[in-house]
Amino acid sequence: MQLAIPSLSMPMTRKFVPSVLLCCLVGAGFCGCSRTVDPMATRDPLEPFNRQVHAFNRSVDEFVLRPMAVSAKGNGELAERISDFSANLGKPADIVNNVLQLRLVKAGENVLRFGMNTVFGVGGLFDVATAAGMPENDTDFGETLHVWGFGEGAYLEVPFIGPSTTRDLAGSLVDLAIDPLNHLNRDQVRGATVARLASRIGDRGRYSELVDSVLYESADSYAQARLLYLQNRRYKLGQTADEGNFVDPYEDPYAE
Amino acid sequence: MLNDTSTLSRRRFAAGLALGTVAFALPMRAAALTVDQARSLIDKAVGDINAVIGSGKSESAMIGDFERIFAKYADVPVIARSALGPAAKQASKAQMSAFTKAFQGYISRKYGRRFREFIGGTIEVTDAKPVKSYYEVISIARLKGEAPFDLRWHVSDKSGSLRFFNLIIEGVNMLASERAEIGAMLDKHKGDVDALTAALKNT
Repeated sequence: MQLAIPSLSMPMTRKFVPSVLLCCLVGAGFCGCSRTVDPMATRDPLEPFNRQVHAFNRSVDEFVLRPMAVSAKGNGELAERISDFSANLGKPADIVNNVLQLRLVKAGENVLRFGMNTVFGVGGLFDVATAAGMPENDTDFGETLHVWGFGEGAYLEVPFIGPSTTRDLAGSLVDLAIDPLNHLNRDQVRGATVARLASRIGDRGRYSELVDSVLYESADSYAQARLLYLQNRRYKLGQTADEGNFVDPYEDPYAE
Repeated sequence: MLNDTSTLSRRRFAAGLALGTVAFALPMRAAALTVDQARSLIDKAVGDINAVIGSGKSESAMIGDFERIFAKYADVPVIARSALGPAAKQASKAQMSAFTKAFQGYISRKYGRRFREFIGGTIEVTDAKPVKSYYEVISIARLKGEAPFDLRWHVSDKSGSLRFFNLIIEGVNMLASERAEIGAMLDKHKGDVDALTAALKNT
């Protein structure tokens, strides 16, 4: 879990998969196959629509997510157990993606991590792998698409989910479909979904000050959330060369 | 005769080569020197920040400390001007200095509050290198219960002394973020820099 980009969102439930799929198809599809991108560039042709979704998501946060996170606060130990458990549940899907990306070392590390945490971490309740110094190697099908050469597409703010791109949203949908956890029985799948939802509430509490400062203290929370998501996502995918992140205030102080 | 000129030119060539090597080596040495200086600047800044994080002071006292650190190590006038964007061109000198002062306080409060989450953590400088016309100093922040994250400092001596002018946190560019934010605030105040300055004092 990284500090810089918190989840401003809730996990996807299967119910609104059709609606997000529609958004995705309606929205500008994939474009280009550029490997490195200008970290400052923003492709947001759906901005008016996205801003409405943002206002909706902000209300969801204000009236549902944030109050739940605040009332759950003080249960730090419980929140951490849920967070570790939920993260461990995500590992089988990560391993599938690592293999699809042909990143076999990371796949191996994730197999080891999943095994360690499941066996020695009491079914994943304790993250013993991180304590032992193993890397986290989180990934998703959006990253797999990136590895396969797809560009990020257009920026999207998705209801209940938050900042994304057309590529990353498509990736989330595929992740739902290919998750090995789907082969568990119905009650287990339901349990996993509850754990993930609870984990998101915990994350909202854990990063409360950062999320609050972006959502409620910014002059333009939409623009801040977009910049934070896109720049952090590109960084995590290794798309930003060092010099790419350079803003030169000396040469061109008046540049937009 | 022919032989003489060729000797001369060969000698000249050798001298030129030697001179060229020196001329080439000098900026290289200067660059190496500045990279070390950039690194030691951020080492000092990080040392000061770590001391504040570990001080156990109250939030307002910490924010005051961060403002002093920010003013000491950052090129505040150039960051403020860049954040203000095109409006800086029309602003008077007095307006700019008032805006810069308000901006410095606003940044210190905004980021100083965030640094509170760093309590119990440390920042460590790991590398420095020249990039284009500036120096990038790389550090790692280790916070309690979090995966370590990447913190990069962009350093320049264009103001006359070595200062940092940007901070990149896990790929997120602080200057770009503040340009968007200050731009949005300026729009809210209909382009009035004085109104923006007044609002920044309360933000």
